[in-house]
Amino acid sequence: MLLLTCPYCGVDADETDLTPGGEAHITRHGAGASDDDLETYLFMRRNPKGVHFERWRHAYGCGKWFHAARCTMTLEVFGTYSGQTFEPPKTLVNKIKKKRPNWEGFVK
Amino acid sequence: MKRYSAFAIAREAFRHHTGWERAWRSPEPKSEYDVIIVGAGGHGLATAFYLGKNFGITNVAIIEKGWLGGGNTGRNTTIIRSNYLQDPSAAIYEKARSLYETMSQDLNYNVMFSPRGVMMLAQTEAEIRGYQRTAHANNLQGVTTEYITPERVKELCPIIELKGPRYPVLGALWQPRGGTARHDAVAWGYARACSDMGMDIIQQCEVTGIDQSRGKVTGVQTTKGAIKTKKLAIIVAGNSGDLAQMGGFRLPVESISLQALVSEPIKPCMDVVIMANTVHGYMSQSDKGEMVIGGGTDGYNNFTQRGSYHHLEETVRALIETFPIVSRLKMLRHWGGIIDITGDRSPIISKTPLGNCFINCGWGTGGFKAIPGSGWAMAELVADGEPRELASAFGLERYQEGRFIDESVAAGVAH
Repeated sequence: MLLLTCPYCGVDADETDLTPGGEAHITRHGAGASDDDLETYLFMRRNPKGVHFERWRHAYGCGKWFHAARCTMTLEVFGTYSGQTFEPPKTLVNKIKKKRPNWEGFVK
Repeated sequence: MKRYSAFAIAREAFRHHTGWERAWRSPEPKSEYDVIIVGAGGHGLATAFYLGKNFGITNVAIIEKGWLGGGNTGRNTTIIRSNYLQDPSAAIYEKARSLYETMSQDLNYNVMFSPRGVMMLAQTEAEIRGYQRTAHANNLQGVTTEYITPERVKELCPIIELKGPRYPVLGALWQPRGGTARHDAVAWGYARACSDMGMDIIQQCEVTGIDQSRGKVTGVQTTKGAIKTKKLAIIVAGNSGDLAQMGGFRLPVESISLQALVSEPIKPCMDVVIMANTVHGYMSQSDKGEMVIGGGTDGYNNFTQRGSYHHLEETVRALIETFPIVSRLKMLRHWGGIIDITGDRSPIISKTPLGNCFINCGWGTGGFKAIPGSGWAMAELVADGEPRELASAFGLERYQEGRFIDESVAAGVAH
């Protein structure tokens, strides 16, 4: 079972307290976007074996959305951070790079 | 290849079973093939088989990083049905189901297809309407299903509890010619037939790169060296993202763990397959007597092949509600498979942006039932370079065109 620390209320939340929200930092294209951009926003997803950035909601806690960085192979959680950001914090990216030297880095 | 038959068994009995040959060869890769198929699971082997059988293309290699049939082909709950709502889905799954009927004869390999009937329980008003609609759609599509009453459900499956604590059984969608088959035997049977046609099944060989020139595939890099090919078919389920990245294109696919479990073997008590989608549990009894149980998918991407514990608890809770007699059964084994889920929960059988490279993926939680139909349609696509009728609706372009085959509404779970 996954354990994620909610960055807002500081609670170590079980997976059952949380709602998964899928890939994080997606660019939201709307009216007037090209077919390609709209398809990318709606359907195309990064599906890495390794480091993945996701959105989660502390559904049975404070109710807030936040971000998490997690390994899809080992389920290791690298860290969680605020929902109000377009990219992961530098400190977290550096921490992951130290643990996973072959990781390509955060790609928007 | 020596044919399997009653005479063969008698002949071998006289010489202490020393004359059986290996079911398939394990050759080293040649330097070049007409077609390379990545992934020796059910879908990959079926594609190879129908390439040979229907199109006479036999200079084919099937490359597998593990062992054949060791992925989701060996990890599913072996259910075969074709009671889908949308026309393209019903067509391909019914093609598959009908091919299962004669598969043992076609392959000269006993796949133990057992058309024992598949029942999907209606436990809410919405489900009643949904399944009645599906039954009408199936009648128009030529798929034999009917909507049955709770009394008939009880008659077909006496161990069921109709007045469940949360959701009573209000009716069911019944497909009498659905059922189960021996999942490993499907892979083994196709592998034996492919090997007999002269195809090379190369196990323990991982594809590490895709060679291309002027927008077309020229070969693959593998852990056993470079192999040239004229056409490439990628049929790797949960690993599709990796292969697509090597090919330089994107997919609308996410990989997630789906669980299943089996109980200790007990005496025969249930001769149909039952799916309860509202409480989310499904169960059938194998020929060995084990109760085979399908669990839930995780809510987040992962490649762990085990899955979250709480999904297991939900599944078992649903089953105890539906079949109270299983409450004290011990569970023997539990495992997960990495499934590839698409945006509309329907598969992709498609050309790719890379020339002469084709992909078959996205079967999600329900690929086993589709193996022969999927192989048939994929072989047509690979041989012609263009999809024929079965595969035409399953192209990658449908996501951009908004032309979805939306089975997710009807079957977001157990699909």
